[in-house]
Amino acid sequence: MDMLLQIMLTMDMSIRLSVALLLACLAGLFSERAGVVDIGLEGKMLIAAFFAAAASFETGSAWLGILAGCAASLTFSMIHAVASITYRGNQLISGVAVNFLASGLTVVIGNAWYKKGGQTPTLSGDSRFYDITLPFADYLQNIPMPGPIYSELLSGHKAIVYIAYAAVPLAWWVLYRTRFGLRLRAVGENPASVDTAGISVVKMRYLALVIAGILCGIAGAYLSTAQAAGFGKEMTAGRGFIALAALIFAKWRPWQAMGACLLFGFLEAISNLYPNINVFGLFTIPVQFTQALPYILTVVILAGFVGKAIPPKAVGEPYVKER
Amino acid sequence: MDGANTAGRPETGAPAIELVGISKAFGPVQANKDISISVERGAVHGIIGENGAGKSTLMSILYGFYKADAGEIYISGQKTEIPDSQAAIAAGIGMVFQHFKLIDNFSVLENVVLGAEDGPMLKGSLVKARKTLTSLAEEYELDVDPDALIEDLSVGHQQRVEILKALYRQADILILDEPTGVLTPAEADHLFRILRNLKAEGKTIILITHKLREIMDITDTVSVMRRGEMMSTVKTSETSPEDLAERMVGRKVLLSVDKKPPTIGDTVLKIDNLRVVDDVGVERVKGISLEVRAGEILGIAGVSGNGQSQLLSVLGGYMNATGSITLNGQAIDLSGKNSDGQSRRARGIAHVPEDRQSEGLVMDFMAWENIVFGYHHDLAYQKNRLLMDNAAIRADTEAKMERFDVRPPHPRLQAKNFSGGNQQKIVLAREIERNPDLLLVGQPTRGVDIGAIEFIHQQIVELRDQGKAILLVSVELEEIMSLADRIAVMFDGHIMGERDPAKTDERDLGLLMAGVNEQQGAA
Amino acid sequence: MDKMPRWADIILVPFINLVLAFFVAGLVVLAIGQNPFDMIYFMIKGALGSTSGIGFTLYYATNYMFAGLAVAIAFHARMFNIGGEGQAGIGGIGVTLVLLAVDWPHWTIALPAAIIGGAIFGAAWAAIPAYLQAKRGSHIVVTTIMFNFIAAALLGYLLNGILKSPLSQNAESLGFPPGAHLPTAHEVLAPLGIAFSKSAPLNISFLLALFCAWGLWMLLWRTRLGYEIRAFGHNEKAATYAGISAVRVTIIAMLISGALAGMLAINVVMGEQERLIAGFVEGAGFVGIAVALMGRSHPFGIVLAALLFGMLTQGGFELLWEMPAISKEMVLVIQALIILFTGALDNMVREPLERLFIRMRKAQS
Repeated sequence: MDMLLQIMLTMDMSIRLSVALLLACLAGLFSERAGVVDIGLEGKMLIAAFFAAAASFETGSAWLGILAGCAASLTFSMIHAVASITYRGNQLISGVAVNFLASGLTVVIGNAWYKKGGQTPTLSGDSRFYDITLPFADYLQNIPMPGPIYSELLSGHKAIVYIAYAAVPLAWWVLYRTRFGLRLRAVGENPASVDTAGISVVKMRYLALVIAGILCGIAGAYLSTAQAAGFGKEMTAGRGFIALAALIFAKWRPWQAMGACLLFGFLEAISNLYPNINVFGLFTIPVQFTQALPYILTVVILAGFVGKAIPPKAVGEPYVKER
Repeated sequence: MDGANTAGRPETGAPAIELVGISKAFGPVQANKDISISVERGAVHGIIGENGAGKSTLMSILYGFYKADAGEIYISGQKTEIPDSQAAIAAGIGMVFQHFKLIDNFSVLENVVLGAEDGPMLKGSLVKARKTLTSLAEEYELDVDPDALIEDLSVGHQQRVEILKALYRQADILILDEPTGVLTPAEADHLFRILRNLKAEGKTIILITHKLREIMDITDTVSVMRRGEMMSTVKTSETSPEDLAERMVGRKVLLSVDKKPPTIGDTVLKIDNLRVVDDVGVERVKGISLEVRAGEILGIAGVSGNGQSQLLSVLGGYMNATGSITLNGQAIDLSGKNSDGQSRRARGIAHVPEDRQSEGLVMDFMAWENIVFGYHHDLAYQKNRLLMDNAAIRADTEAKMERFDVRPPHPRLQAKNFSGGNQQKIVLAREIERNPDLLLVGQPTRGVDIGAIEFIHQQIVELRDQGKAILLVSVELEEIMSLADRIAVMFDGHIMGERDPAKTDERDLGLLMAGVNEQQGAA
Repeated sequence: MDKMPRWADIILVPFINLVLAFFVAGLVVLAIGQNPFDMIYFMIKGALGSTSGIGFTLYYATNYMFAGLAVAIAFHARMFNIGGEGQAGIGGIGVTLVLLAVDWPHWTIALPAAIIGGAIFGAAWAAIPAYLQAKRGSHIVVTTIMFNFIAAALLGYLLNGILKSPLSQNAESLGFPPGAHLPTAHEVLAPLGIAFSKSAPLNISFLLALFCAWGLWMLLWRTRLGYEIRAFGHNEKAATYAGISAVRVTIIAMLISGALAGMLAINVVMGEQERLIAGFVEGAGFVGIAVALMGRSHPFGIVLAALLFGMLTQGGFELLWEMPAISKEMVLVIQALIILFTGALDNMVREPLERLFIRMRKAQS
């Protein structure tokens, strides 16, 4: 029973830790599927986390917090869009700039407003998201096996957790079942084809970055108003890059992205709960190895030793009409 | 239907397309000069001309890809503005580009539907497209598996998808740019059947090509373009391949090259059954054999894209091939580490590449840096084991610039700041001054002004007279005829035939270039 | 013809970009209710107003020179090495292993050994992404990002394990032997009668960085290898024509890049901390990107840009005392804006300027 409890606890934590990854990963999915490389996921999440926490604190509403987070993230996404789409600048450099800008601005503004070394005040009450208990969770708890899975694992998360997981089928549906999705995928593969079909490449790419901005906004808000109770300096802690890794791991597909994010969330949960794992008394897996595993796995995938990750063909290239 | 060129006629008699006074310049290059043509409804109209004659530019203007500097477009007698592709599609124009605009990892259906969806949901569009595709397939022999991915289709099938895309958008006018360039003969025959079916249904077709056989085969009328101008439009039934070849190439005044009869020596280069497959898996050179001897210029004529570039790349050491090549009797490697450009240079092969801006020069490098490009390991350019002797290189550059009359003679000027002719002189100076056994020359005078052309030709002839072997590739027939001691014509990866320049003419060569060998019958 | 004169390309465009970056940074300062001119005054005073300030400024500049040169050599081969941070970290391990292995008698012997250790370890860390890029086409940007995190984990593991000092609670190594102590500016200048701050960490590595800048300049513009790297970076197709091997250039350029990043550890680990401390790179590897962009990948430009960023960093610390309302992260904001304007939004300034110059030329003729 104790073993079962530990497994449940680990799984529950994996789900919680995968949420921000998943939202950011989907943001990257939309952006890169449209042909715009986005290494600024980290920065967008960070700025969103700050403004979400600040707005929640000021208004007392976590939902207004999300709104502010999305607005901030969207602004950053548009900076990236102007640089990489309108002015055909280097998308990688623009992404690096976005990350730096977020690192700096969050602390500068946070310190100016709250004078706590970049932190926001601790959030409580309606400024944070509640755990939502799914219907009949209490009632079903005592049924063996499926009961606890439903009431412990699936029930009792914050609203954003359900939003994030609902976003996966939605993203899949949008990408593969709508006109918009078809055009979005097309523009990342062969913009010249889209152009000759009479569709604006610029418009499609801007729309993709709007979606990416909003998703990163929700991801950031989750970190500061749901997972934690307030903003802390550099609180994204590389999650934007893990999301990028997950995106590659998933080969730019939504369901697989969910799988990759759950896996990487699980690895983080393991490293939090069981820092050093002793394997049958033979050797110890250090916590740092578990932490680095997402990156190692991604490099292996990138190297093409285990299934080749082929990015959208036109990703990273500004579209210029021939001649 | 008597094609009088006056506006304001009733709709019924109006030509499908009428272009009036179209002009377009790219920078200093006048790609189209005051072009007017008129194409009747339901006709197959051919546009023929050499490379760079302005055919593709004209059609891109019609499809809204470029904007004309001047001129008017009438569709069915209505003056029509075509600022973008959307407008062209709305006007009933469809275009099949030479390089397909397909998305490789999309299905046929998705490619057809893209941009022509019926609503925000895909499903309805896809169902409708599937139905339409089935009926189009029956009607025009355009059968393609609607669920196949483009990357799994043959080139011929990919082209059918492009035609289906246009028909799905209800195009009445279909433009095809060099449609058979990438097709096998069987695929090309199938395409022509499709085009005939389309014509029978009343569609208007514009076919851009340089292949005379195709023009004679299928078109009703044909326009000949030369150097951005429309030379003439004639009924196909009233012309002949000979006549068209002559109009296409033009009776040009031969540039005089002061040339003694060649003193021919031993075989320097011997190519046997050379085959080249490019990186997308298309065979570009299909088993050619030829020889170049010391003291002669072998000219390879042909419309570009028939395998000449790949031949040069293999000889220059940056493309793999199979078959055998010997230089002065010794085999040279066609793959592996001894087949790179450095090894070729070490063997005495110098190479003036076809595209000096993307291959022959580093445009951001200064003239002196470019004069050692490819020869930067040469001992004469080193100060010691570590450092290059930049001062010596600059001195060498100055000497070479003077000998080759490069203007301005400044070694520190970046390559991009020289004119085309002077850039080419820098490349020639670098390659010829190496005193190679074999000189490869590709398009030596493309984009070069008249004055420099003469100078460049003289340099090539001088090297020949020193007993060196020269392989010259040019799409300019005039250039080949005035320089070469022997002419081989390439078509579709094959050598169509060899000719003695003294015993041939433009008409004969033009036919060979278009894939017709009168001595042996059509290819 | 060039679209605009050379001076406009080299000086005017970067200058306008810089002005724009500082203008926007000024707006940020105004937005948090502070005076941007006061900020600049205190930053300059903090960076240059005392020998201590100058010492810190040059110490940071040393890091940024190494990091900027590392990014620049990769840029010349048309690669974006974001992995300077990780390569420097691993370089630190190399320096540490070398310095702990022997009881060094004198720094003149220890320094060359440590340089080799740092450079080899840094280069090795760059070698894997380089190989994957050259041979398997894995995008070097993504792999170097991943390698930054893997390096951080590795560093953390070693400093909590076999390299951890038994004398300390923190994740740090044993101190290096006294013979490995690098002369500081204070120690070098005192015999000459110049009183230089004792607290400033500026040390002999500064000269090493300048030497590396000169060396890189020689390499790029005086050797065959540099020639090949530049040719490959400008025009890959032409390089193939000239028989320059893409694999060789890619791997060698990245090895040099990693080695330069690894040498950053000489300044911090050997010169200042005299032990290996987790996270010692403190983002300098990333600042290298801004430095290389600002210095337009030319070693001379990089030295100047590194000095500017050194001043910014040190000036930022000064704000802590003089204008506590502005945190030192303001420096990050300025850096970000410089990267944005000089790196990504370059066309925003360049295109209108080009049109202007063309119109002026037309008007003249």
